[in-house]
Amino acid sequence: MAEIAGSQPDKVLPNLTRLNVRGRGPWQEAWGRFLRNKASIVGLVIVLFFMLLTVFASLVAPHSPLKLNSGKSFLPPSWVEKSATNKTGDPQFLLGTDTLGRDVLSRVMYGSRVSMIVGFVPTFIIILVGTLVGLMAGYYGGRLDNFLMRLTDIMYGFPDLLFFIIALVSLRDTWIGELMSGLFLLFCALAIVNWVGVARLVRGQVLSLKEKEFIEAARSIGVKDSRIMLRHLLPNVLGPIIVLTAFLIPNMIITEAILGYLGLGLKPTTDPQAFFVTSWGSLLLEGQSAINAQPLLLLAPAICVALVVLAFTFIGDGLRDALDPRMRGTQ
Amino acid sequence: MATYFLKRLLWMIPVLFTVALITFVLMHSAPGGPWDRDLSARQVDAATQKVLNAHYGLDKPLWRQFVAYTFGDFNQEDKFVCGLMCGNLGPSYRVRGRTVQDILFEAPKDKSSLQSKFGYSLRLGFFALSMAAVIGIPVGIFAALKQNSWVDYLSLFIATAGISLPSFVMAIFLIIIFASTLHWINVIPRTWDDIKGWILPAAVLGFGTMAYVARLTRTSMLEVLRQDYVRTARAKGLHERVVVYRHMMRNALIPVVTILGPSLAALVTGSFIIETMFSFPGMGREYVQAISRRDYSMIMGTTLIYVLLVSVANLTVDFLYVFIDPRIRLEE
Repeated sequence: MAEIAGSQPDKVLPNLTRLNVRGRGPWQEAWGRFLRNKASIVGLVIVLFFMLLTVFASLVAPHSPLKLNSGKSFLPPSWVEKSATNKTGDPQFLLGTDTLGRDVLSRVMYGSRVSMIVGFVPTFIIILVGTLVGLMAGYYGGRLDNFLMRLTDIMYGFPDLLFFIIALVSLRDTWIGELMSGLFLLFCALAIVNWVGVARLVRGQVLSLKEKEFIEAARSIGVKDSRIMLRHLLPNVLGPIIVLTAFLIPNMIITEAILGYLGLGLKPTTDPQAFFVTSWGSLLLEGQSAINAQPLLLLAPAICVALVVLAFTFIGDGLRDALDPRMRGTQ
Repeated sequence: MATYFLKRLLWMIPVLFTVALITFVLMHSAPGGPWDRDLSARQVDAATQKVLNAHYGLDKPLWRQFVAYTFGDFNQEDKFVCGLMCGNLGPSYRVRGRTVQDILFEAPKDKSSLQSKFGYSLRLGFFALSMAAVIGIPVGIFAALKQNSWVDYLSLFIATAGISLPSFVMAIFLIIIFASTLHWINVIPRTWDDIKGWILPAAVLGFGTMAYVARLTRTSMLEVLRQDYVRTARAKGLHERVVVYRHMMRNALIPVVTILGPSLAALVTGSFIIETMFSFPGMGREYVQAISRRDYSMIMGTTLIYVLLVSVANLTVDFLYVFIDPRIRLEE
């Protein structure tokens, strides 16, 4: 070694024992992969746009979503010269007006509030409860595990939508149905059905993980059960949970739209102080009942639902590709 | 294997029972009786309500009403009326004098049973499913054979959209394009005897399934494509057509066949929004109308039929699975 180095004194060997490259953790790697996915970035932008709309609806909306403009009902979008009812669009109402002469654009903006909140709040509860129960059922097994499995068997036999419909139809006029103009009941119904799926997924992951050596090692040095679950098991099941979240959110939004379309979602309000004025599902119902007079009424809420759902799907696909354990380097 | 299917068949009973129980409890937690819930109908006075309650057995304690619904009970004339056990879904509270199963399964006079409400929904489901299979499978195969071509990318994009978008959003777009703008078809045809009116509802209903079938076929074809036996078939000089039809498709279609069963159940149970949109005279629209009329026995009966359909479909698939793929052995 010394001889070779001596023969070329002007060339200094790099010190290989210390690299200047910072090591990147698996999460950073995944984030980098996610950012390289164009479709999911587009999805992220769309979702951010609608989230901003949710927060600032009252500032951005050109009109009050509840203001009735008499004599200006069923106006087509402003670029339409002549609609089915022989009316010309008014530039004041960009997307036209509805049955009662309310501005469609403002209503759609306010509608995004309910849809985004229905997307996020129940999903948060579902993930929290599902993960906790799944961790415990997988780790401890026994009676809780048995109960979970039987419960899922029954839940799989009960089509989700039918359960939502029955729960909402029968409890709508009770005091639970009155909370938050009916949204509380909707959240509960969505959460009750969906947490089971998350719990089952987490349970499956935990079952295979808990036989691994690192868990055995942790147990042998006397780490408490709760710490094993939260510090050792949870980070390892986080990937699938994140991907599932991205697919759960659009599911909730679709369900709200369907239930709203059946007249079972948010209760309609005329109170100008109300935070939740209307939802995309209710707008679809209004559009459907006026389909002959102004079919374009259906278009705006339908496009919004489609955009948000597709955006979340792209994000979910991107996350799955980024977090796929088969693509992740060996630890 | 017989034991396995018997077990599965018996497991359906507790599932149905639990669903009936949940539905029953929820329905009865709604305030008021069945006579004062429909605000659009004429209000029934207290004396009449009492007579009606006695007639339908609604004055009995709740547990007894549930037993009467599931097993049966003696009516006012001391005659035993069998309940759910014998397929009796109870009287409709809105259409007096007819039971739920009459409304759903009885065809109009001199018509075949396919003309009943259930028959209509079943036929629409079959139609949608055949459209999904006839279009979805070839598209999937073609996309896999031409992997990474523009055909592949286009079909993959449409499939992603079709899977993630709910069918009624698709329906809105298609109605606005084909009915409101192009005037090719009437959204609500004058008669449902003509096949033309069925095309759009069936296409909308089957679109999601079609997308799913196409994607599944593509994935499973791509998997089969790399198998050794396909290389062997090619190596021994078989015609490409024989390789595709005999060796690849037979194996690639196994997962596709197995999803067709649940798809049919999903199409029949998921059709209520599409049926309402197109005013289709099927079970789904009846269900939606029952919701707005608060016809509780109708909602409950329809739900149970839907659940039964889903369970039967899942069981059929498992059966088909064993039948098609001899490699699969079920645990006893």
